[in-house]
Amino acid sequence: MSGAGLGYAPGPAAAPGANARFETWLWIAQRASAAVLALCVLVHLVTIIYAVHHGLSGAAILARTRGNVGALAFYTLYVLAIAVHAPIGLRALCQEWLGWRNSSLNWVIGALALALFVFGLRAGAAVFVG
Amino acid sequence: MNMLRVSVWRGGADGEYRNYEVPRQESQSVLDVVTYIQRNIDPTLSYRFACRVGMCGACAMTVNGVARWTCRTHVAKVAKDNAIQIAPLANLPVVKDLVTDMREFFDKWARARGRFAPGATRKDAFARVASDSPERVAANAGIECIGCGVCYASCDVVSWNPDYLGPAALNRAWTLVNDVRDTAQRERLAAVAGDAGCHACHTHLSCSERCPKNIVPTASIAGLKRAVALAAWRGEL
Amino acid sequence: MSMKNDYRARNHPAWWAFLVHRLSGLALSLFLPFHFWALGQALQGEARLDTLLRWTQQPLVKFAEAGLVLLLAAHLAGGLRLLALEFLPWRGWQKSLLAWAAGAALAAGLAFALVL
Repeated sequence: MSGAGLGYAPGPAAAPGANARFETWLWIAQRASAAVLALCVLVHLVTIIYAVHHGLSGAAILARTRGNVGALAFYTLYVLAIAVHAPIGLRALCQEWLGWRNSSLNWVIGALALALFVFGLRAGAAVFVG
Repeated sequence: MNMLRVSVWRGGADGEYRNYEVPRQESQSVLDVVTYIQRNIDPTLSYRFACRVGMCGACAMTVNGVARWTCRTHVAKVAKDNAIQIAPLANLPVVKDLVTDMREFFDKWARARGRFAPGATRKDAFARVASDSPERVAANAGIECIGCGVCYASCDVVSWNPDYLGPAALNRAWTLVNDVRDTAQRERLAAVAGDAGCHACHTHLSCSERCPKNIVPTASIAGLKRAVALAAWRGEL
Repeated sequence: MSMKNDYRARNHPAWWAFLVHRLSGLALSLFLPFHFWALGQALQGEARLDTLLRWTQQPLVKFAEAGLVLLLAAHLAGGLRLLALEFLPWRGWQKSLLAWAAGAALAAGLAFALVL
């Protein structure tokens, strides 16, 4: 049966292999970082409510946070988890809603992850080191 | 005589909705309506059906925007202001009117390795599989699929990602992943992983919402995600 | 070539849950750089941070902050629901996970709003 007039040409079979492994590890990273973030966000929400209740001036906040090594460690983990989780999520959105599917997406997402990590660490240093 | 206003898609991908008036009957199904139009008003209307009793899945179409088996859809249940709209299944090339080209649907089935790979010969003893073993229970939950395409037509990820294998193909792959006699497990897991495979599923649950056989492809795809992750972790992917 | 899936087919709870999850994730991702920048202002001394914090006392900003907390709680609750759907064996009660997630998110958002 000729395909003339049907407008259907069978697309090339998606090549598995490297793509399969890459996407699988991205999925694992996304879910693992989600589990870490579940704890971090819970702590963060409680902290926000506490902070709003107990004083939101610069002095009040920094008095609580500066030199707090435990908090610094916690927020470093938080930033790392975000730097993994957010870019992977945005990648799916870009692929599906913007049709952005070529390799340039992965580079941009990678750069975003790095930027989030660096600026997150900077913010952590600003608030917790001193 | 109460008349139902029916809007039917005519033409190929470039087409239009045309309006017909069909007498309302009691216990009338949407397939009855389509058949009435073709036999009494416009014999050029093309559509598919076979068993007309909810067993074969051939009559699947889009009714008021939702994919359904038309033989199992009562007009009374879906008519709004005494009107219904009938279109071909979404996400599949339109051949003519209400008929779609289902080749890609079945090609993806093959691409997902939705085919049993035997290892035994007639000289071997029968395989013994306990029907209450966890694998068999998992497989049984998905094997009633008859390939009607309703889930595929309902899936937004299929709309957004043309390579996505889709709920039916992945569900079938899952039933085979759980078939202890199958010998192509490694190849199958490699076939269903990736952004054309199980990882593209975002748990919209539209497939499970619409499956006329109450299969839950989302659960099968979640199973594939777990199986694939485990294989990758073990270096077996 | 083919007809697109219709908006009428999307009108069920799990689809809305997906949309809320994706849009809240997007909104939080857009907010995050600003959040990191604001906290980084503390590097220039507490007075700088104080100026910024006083700006946030405006009612409109407070309202936006409550919205952000709601988005964060919604994204978390929705995410936990997804983890349950993907990792736990399938059971019928998982459909009502959505109700629990929505309730929990709302509770968290309200807690924040009450404290304001």
